[in-house]
Amino acid sequence: MANSSKHQTPPPVSVQNLSMRYHHKPVLTDVSFEVPEGKTIAIVGPNGAGKSTLLKGIMGLEPIMGGQVRFFGEPLANKRLATAYVPQREEIDWDFPINVFDVVLMGRHGQLKLWQRPSQIDREIAEQALKDLEMWDFKDRQISELSGGQQQRVFLARALAQKASLYLMDEPFAGVDVATEKAIIELFKALKSQGKTIICVHHDLNTVGEYFDWIILINARLVAAGPAEEVLTTENLNKTYGGRLSLLNDLTEKMYRTQLNKAHDTD
Amino acid sequence: MDAFTLLAPPSTWQNWLAFWRFEDINVLWVLMGSILLGMSASVIGGFAFLRKRSLIGDALAHAALPGVMMAFLLFQTRDPLIIFLGALISSFIGFFLIDWLPKNTKIKADAALAITLSFFFALGLMLLSYIQGLEVSNKSGLDKILFGQAAAMTEGDIKLLAYVTVFILVTVVLFFQKFRLIAFNQSYARTIGLAVNRYELLLALLIVMAVVVGLQLVGVVLMAAILLTPMAAARFWSNQLPHTLIIASLLGAISAIISTQISYLAPAMPTGPWMVVSLSTLFILSLLFAPQRGLLKRYSEYNQLRKKVAEENILRTLYKLLERQNFTHNHFMQADIQAMRSMPSSQLQSTLKLLCKKALITSSLQGFKLTDKGLEKAAQLTRRHRLWENYLNEQAELSPEQVHQQAERIEHILTESQEAQLKLELTNSQSDPHGNLIPDNTRSKKEAKLK
Repeated sequence: MANSSKHQTPPPVSVQNLSMRYHHKPVLTDVSFEVPEGKTIAIVGPNGAGKSTLLKGIMGLEPIMGGQVRFFGEPLANKRLATAYVPQREEIDWDFPINVFDVVLMGRHGQLKLWQRPSQIDREIAEQALKDLEMWDFKDRQISELSGGQQQRVFLARALAQKASLYLMDEPFAGVDVATEKAIIELFKALKSQGKTIICVHHDLNTVGEYFDWIILINARLVAAGPAEEVLTTENLNKTYGGRLSLLNDLTEKMYRTQLNKAHDTD
Repeated sequence: MDAFTLLAPPSTWQNWLAFWRFEDINVLWVLMGSILLGMSASVIGGFAFLRKRSLIGDALAHAALPGVMMAFLLFQTRDPLIIFLGALISSFIGFFLIDWLPKNTKIKADAALAITLSFFFALGLMLLSYIQGLEVSNKSGLDKILFGQAAAMTEGDIKLLAYVTVFILVTVVLFFQKFRLIAFNQSYARTIGLAVNRYELLLALLIVMAVVVGLQLVGVVLMAAILLTPMAAARFWSNQLPHTLIIASLLGAISAIISTQISYLAPAMPTGPWMVVSLSTLFILSLLFAPQRGLLKRYSEYNQLRKKVAEENILRTLYKLLERQNFTHNHFMQADIQAMRSMPSSQLQSTLKLLCKKALITSSLQGFKLTDKGLEKAAQLTRRHRLWENYLNEQAELSPEQVHQQAERIEHILTESQEAQLKLELTNSQSDPHGNLIPDNTRSKKEAKLK
């Protein structure tokens, strides 16, 4: 927040006082940050810190308790076409009867009318996306026959086919082979050179400084957000990985359980 | 006496002919109706199957029962449209209950389904018994709704059924891409701005409609099977969703034809159970005989693999025996082989026979001898085995004692290009971790010439 003093254009994503919970357990409390345009940004934190939840909250996939998310200064509904989301691989059934090309073509459906089918142009865009990720040879493969890295590349190609300017990815590097890891890095470079913004949930502290320009450290709350070299300090990492503020957690949970936030008028 | 024989009931064969000549035009209509129902229920049920919501159809069918009874009680009519609307409303109430309970209470989805299903069914049965006790006309036949009876359908029933099922099929074709996207990855569909909730409601509506028009034919109790079994069977035949759906709808149609026919020929027979039995038979046939995913195919593949492994193991053993004799003596008895490779005698004998047939070995009084072709193959297997041992030893840092077991398996699946890659990555491709020489392509040929 502190760093983003004067923007010419509104930031790709700005999050203000975002709170999320699971049943009554607080997962994220009062998270606020803005991300700069044309950078690779990592959301980093220990297991259970709420990294994926944060991404889902931003994308409106899970209900938020409070706070506000803006995309280029507007609500998500107005910026759907500018935003592409890559879910975690584990979230879907890879035995589903569908081939690679049809999955990538799904990326075009945001642009299509009610019962419209993908046009020749849509097909060409999907083809290019597959070629960019070196998966064109696999276009007719059943998705069940792919390796983990190939599955990830199919997901990335699908997001690429959306021709968005902001990409949100949930653990794209998790469990992929070396070739895929390289392919993702190349993709990041290509997207960045076109001025596009990439936000990733990332779990590997060893590579985070190398792959990303900007870091958001969270552990149930925001610890720090800023350029990688400023944020990745021992102090910040200790704060992030040193356990949660138990009093903050306990009292927030109690607040949710008692429905205090409803009884208490806001402002 | 002649007059008496004329009165005898016609034979099944005659009935069957009469059925297929469509002497009663109603037969044709019922048949068309049941085919349409079989197809549309299979297709829309296929999506429920893919979304892992298989039981929803069962619950919705049961939830329709009180609606049918209430509609009859309130309007004292069997008009198909009124009954249809009654069933539709009560089915939808059931649907929302199933949806609402897990979201707003601690009750989990499966419990919500079971509670709703049994409650609505019980309610329906109570109303049915109540109606049976009433002195109202045309109440007979209402109980047929439990198990379905094609023969009891009226022209009005069939017209409505035709409209509704055609509507379902057309809607699925129109929205196929969106339905597939939602079934495949619902949360992603949300992120690209699809109105997922609206499509889900549409899917629910289509399922409810299929269930409700199917009640007369299939009955409340077994409706779920018509929705799911065709898709479950079709999954064995294809990996492409459009093909799978077409196959599912064909299976649905076939079972509809069989069961309607039986219901006509033996009027006491309910249609629903026959439809489910014929569908299940088709399912079992698919499970067993499908060309790629069927159990028989998998069993025969496994058998072939076993044979291949046994053959290759014997070739390797012959090579090792040869190696031990420093390539001087090349005839070996069955006992020599068995001493080195434990294998049941019967399997050893049959495998040796197969190898003779393939001209990889020859058999004579002196014993078994590798042919040129056999030697080449045996050297190749040995090479792959030892290269893999080396690889594990060098790159995965396994001790020489640990590497043999795995190499025994890997030798059967290594390909030529993988072999070449192994050679490139190894610093030593001359000898294995146990000190044995690794035979290379040229040498094995040279030796073959020497013999």
